[in-house]
Amino acid sequence: MNSHIILRVVGKFLIPLIIIFGLYVHFHGDFGPGGGFQAGVIVAAGVILYALLFGLKACKQAVPPSWIRIGMTVGVLFYVGTGLVTWMLGGKFLDFDVLHPATDHPLGQHIGIIFVELGVLFTVATVMVAIFYAFGSRQPQIMDDEKDF
Amino acid sequence: MMFAEAAHIGAHVVPMIILDIGLMAMLVVVGFAIVRMRSLFAVVMLQGVYSLICAAWFVSLDAVDVAFTEAAVGAGISTVLMLGAMLLTDKTSSEVPVQRAVGPLLIVLFTGAAMLYAVPDMPAYGDKDSAVNTGVGMQYMTVTPEQIEVPNVVTAVLASYRSYDTMGETVVIFMAGLGVLLLLGLNGNAGRWTAQVQGVNLSCDRAPAAEVLPTPRAKPKTTPDEVRPDAAPPKPKSKPKPKPKPRGGTS
Repeated sequence: MNSHIILRVVGKFLIPLIIIFGLYVHFHGDFGPGGGFQAGVIVAAGVILYALLFGLKACKQAVPPSWIRIGMTVGVLFYVGTGLVTWMLGGKFLDFDVLHPATDHPLGQHIGIIFVELGVLFTVATVMVAIFYAFGSRQPQIMDDEKDF
Repeated sequence: MMFAEAAHIGAHVVPMIILDIGLMAMLVVVGFAIVRMRSLFAVVMLQGVYSLICAAWFVSLDAVDVAFTEAAVGAGISTVLMLGAMLLTDKTSSEVPVQRAVGPLLIVLFTGAAMLYAVPDMPAYGDKDSAVNTGVGMQYMTVTPEQIEVPNVVTAVLASYRSYDTMGETVVIFMAGLGVLLLLGLNGNAGRWTAQVQGVNLSCDRAPAAEVLPTPRAKPKTTPDEVRPDAAPPKPKSKPKPKPKPRGGTS
């Protein structure tokens, strides 16, 4: 992979755009197609592209594996936590209407959806990267006749 | 809102049908190619192509959210994961004798015939009297603009009305990640690490902990092609551990 200079240069240019597009998909999920799940997959794809271009070791320095454990858990906690907050505010579990006092406009629903989808984004992105790390780090048994691979 | 347009939609129905038939034909061709191919690399790539055509077809069915997910997951992530899995197995699949292919073929033919038999009972595409468009689906369509005020009804249903389900899905994904981490570990080995570096067998029964391993390797740097750059450093050569140790303590 050391000689793929064009791929690397283009990749370095593309990866930030991919991440930004993921965030756009997340925050624009209310208005167009997309949402936390798709955004998480897109962000994970950006990380995986980095790993493919620069090697898994560099990728593990950029996105440390410890983030993955934290991110996975934080995502689920975010989701459940939103439910618990609505509970504390006197509503039902995951009833977002109580998140904002406005009665003429369902702003609470918007807040709740964004937060809940943020949890989905965290979990999906980190789990995808985790699966890639787990499989990508395994040592393939490279036979002598397959050196060119 | 789709149905209001249904009256004057006739003008571009024919091109849409041609598009759908074309996409379906491509799916069939790619499917046969996947079955016939022996090279696993080509099969993985064709699976990505299959997902991408599926996504295009979903767009033509107005299911943009599903298409988005299919393109991102089916064509993107799973292709990469299948490539990673393929690297660990073989580059070509072995030939299956004809006798063993008869049974699966019969099952596939029977299932396909049953599905074709069921097709006439399905409602037409976009039929406003179908069960999908008369029941709770229509209710969501009418109620979402007042209760949620979110233009994308799919998001409203997923995140608000069916929030419990989405929570379950998130937990399922979490469990999948947890299972992979428990079975393989983030470095691809749950507790054991083996490598062949320049003919020397290295092994360690303690998983290289999941933190970054910044240890600069002195020797193998001259021959980076021999060792995968992401491999853990050959630390255990200097001090082999006889017993598995808990993961917490680093050396």
